[in-house]
Amino acid sequence: MVTVKDYAESIPIAWCPGCGNFAILQALRKALVELGLEPHRVLFVSGIGQAPKLPHYTRGNIFDGLHGRTLPVATGAKIANHEMVVIGIDGDGGAYGEGVGHLLATMRRNVNITYIAHNNQVYGLTKGQASPTSDLGFVTRTTPFGAGQPLNPLTLALASDITFLARGFSGDIEHLSGLLKAGIEHRGFSLIDILQPCVSFNHKNTYQWYRERIYKLEDETYDPGDKVDAFAKALEWGDRIPIGLIYRKERPVYEEQLPVLKDIPLVKRRISPSEFEGLLDEFM
Amino acid sequence: MAIDFNIMAGGEAGQGVQSVGAILARTMSNGGLNVFADQDYESRVRGGHNFFRIRISDKEILSFSRKLDILVALNRETIDLHSGELKSNGVIIYDQEQTKFDGQGKIYFNVPLEKLAEEKVKNKLMANTVAVGAAIGLCGYDFDSLASVLRKEFIRHGEKIVEDNVIAAKVGFDFAIEYGANKTPHKIKPIADAKKRMLLHGNEALALGAMVGGCKFFAGYPMTPATSIMEYLADKGREHNVVTVHVEDEIAAMNMAVGAAYAGVRAMVATSGGGFSLMVEGLALAGMTETPIVIVLAQRPGPATGLPTRTEQGELWFALHAGHGEFPRAILAPATVEEAFHSIIKAFNLAEKYQTPVFVLTDHHLATSYTTVERFDLSQVKIDRGDLLSDEEAENLTDYKRHLVTDSGISPRALPGQGKALVVTDSDEHDEAGHMIEDGETRNQQNLKRLRKQDTLSKEIGAPRFHKVPDAKYTLVGWGSTYGAIKEASDALNSDGIPINVLHLSEIWPFPAEAVASILNDGTKNITVEGNATGQMAKLIRRETGHEVSGNILKFDGRPLSAEEIVARFKKEGF
Repeated sequence: MVTVKDYAESIPIAWCPGCGNFAILQALRKALVELGLEPHRVLFVSGIGQAPKLPHYTRGNIFDGLHGRTLPVATGAKIANHEMVVIGIDGDGGAYGEGVGHLLATMRRNVNITYIAHNNQVYGLTKGQASPTSDLGFVTRTTPFGAGQPLNPLTLALASDITFLARGFSGDIEHLSGLLKAGIEHRGFSLIDILQPCVSFNHKNTYQWYRERIYKLEDETYDPGDKVDAFAKALEWGDRIPIGLIYRKERPVYEEQLPVLKDIPLVKRRISPSEFEGLLDEFM
Repeated sequence: MAIDFNIMAGGEAGQGVQSVGAILARTMSNGGLNVFADQDYESRVRGGHNFFRIRISDKEILSFSRKLDILVALNRETIDLHSGELKSNGVIIYDQEQTKFDGQGKIYFNVPLEKLAEEKVKNKLMANTVAVGAAIGLCGYDFDSLASVLRKEFIRHGEKIVEDNVIAAKVGFDFAIEYGANKTPHKIKPIADAKKRMLLHGNEALALGAMVGGCKFFAGYPMTPATSIMEYLADKGREHNVVTVHVEDEIAAMNMAVGAAYAGVRAMVATSGGGFSLMVEGLALAGMTETPIVIVLAQRPGPATGLPTRTEQGELWFALHAGHGEFPRAILAPATVEEAFHSIIKAFNLAEKYQTPVFVLTDHHLATSYTTVERFDLSQVKIDRGDLLSDEEAENLTDYKRHLVTDSGISPRALPGQGKALVVTDSDEHDEAGHMIEDGETRNQQNLKRLRKQDTLSKEIGAPRFHKVPDAKYTLVGWGSTYGAIKEASDALNSDGIPINVLHLSEIWPFPAEAVASILNDGTKNITVEGNATGQMAKLIRRETGHEVSGNILKFDGRPLSAEEIVARFKKEGF
């Protein structure tokens, strides 16, 4: 049986004390254990930033790649071996800045991977610059006249016909872990945007600030199958901020439509040069 | 006297120039003759000027010739642009009514292409098939060979289309026999009982070679002149277990291929300079994470968009230095279509054996030129996946170190999901287990471990081709696709009483410095012949061997080098 111990790693953690990342790590471990997944069946793909260091602090197969390129790597690996559970992990810079083009493409493809975006509305690792989700007018050393219009990852995802969209809060491990579990279980692409205070560089969106505003969609009468309602929830920000499952639908999964992957994973296909004699004939 | 017969089909985009040329080329090749055919086209879908040039011989041919026997002019512009390239007894096949041109003299052969197509098959669009028939008739070649090629070419469109094309070709053929008998002295016949051989272009050889060599994954974004590799893999991959993903951009292509290769399948990308520019960050990622990846870089003239549908050898140094940081790589630059097939198989073997990126550096000329080749012997293909753990070995491996420091620099490779082994790697500098580190000592160990792979990799590089003639005073030095033109130029110069050697590199990196230095220090004057403006190979030779060449013949107008041009420029420059 899989236990939390299987996901324990002894590497010293490079996050700031009080960082929301600790709770996200805990929620993810809990979700994987509850799903009964052994670490060697899981592939974590991440990029660059404080959040993408997360895989190193747990156990599994890990490809920690370039900033913003998590999803192409994850897609390639998933196609090569679709029996692996593939989980992408990035911050708001990687997910919504450098990698936003790949995010759009991956949502459209509906590859069966789960993408976790630690969204603290600021760049941590490079020490406090504005991110794509920073508030309008957020003054930092790279944006002395204030950041521009923030990107709304939820409406962006809905417009790209995502099949699983959720928003969690790093201050509620139990709830977050449930969302991560549901995302991993979902057949198709799942994005879990996580509201996460940055104790070092974002002094506005604190735990306290969030706790005064967030509410759970499960506690309301809400149908996550209705896209128009989902857009309305995705646009809600300010005094009341919804968390929970925003939207879910069924749509053909990219790799399940590839006939080549039907019987066995691509990686298990043998290499046999002699099978190509027929193709040589076509050039004669 | 050996046959050296040249046919050009020319017209505007959309007129079927490529189709006319390919059918003529295949008809000749199937008859046991050697064919070399190159294509010239513009960056547009309709209009402009395109041509397809076919050289036919009973001897081995490696390049094209600009001396034409038959010019099939599907429009007036083709006559204006190319009539000067005709041999003295050459002939232009054209349609007087359609081109509104009345050619006077022996060289003009008016064939009412559209009228005949309309009369016989009620389809003016088949005028170009009438032209194919007329050209075959004018050569004195065999009609049945043409008919069987037409059948093979058009059967996917149904029996009616096949029949109409055969009828259209036959009316052109008969017209040429009846009215063109006095036009040309050349008669080429199929060689009786000739062994069946293949006719394919460079990209087809690469795509085929990739599949034979075990490529299971391709990610790409269309870009001339690499696109036909992706199209071939996408088409044939269904039956042969290759996944092709048309991605959002080349950044995704490279990273996706890296992801697939990390997970254990042979993966490749193919693009041209602009697309490769976007892949460069991911190239370094493959170097750092020791992920095997094959890159086909099909060069075209730059900088930036350059001349999109033309050829150049301007990216040798780019391939050599692309990527931030220092990591091992190999660069193969096949000389011929046949070698392209073998090069890419070798590229996959080297990539997996040394767990690092390997380039196949081609160009538009090689990518799109057809050559007759012996049928590839698949029984001779060797697959070497390097130090890849078996499923049994990986099954219960609980303390696996993906980047284990070894004498060779090569770490035994397990695949994620293969067993209990956890495969951890990082674009950050990492320790043996793959976790990111900060300390200098571990950094040094890992960096040196990666770079050590280059030492053994250098022993895999084949000796350059060297054609030595007695009393040579000169050596022509080339690389990649210019081999054919250089070799034929040297043959012509040797016949002219100018003894000249040829040194040609098709495996460029790690640079075979010793072999090259020992050849070039033989007292001959060395002249590099390159398709670029700066003499990139000449500079690389100097850097790697200290040897300075005496001169260069450089071409960078986007057009391929011909043997005739090399000879003329060699004589003119007076080295």
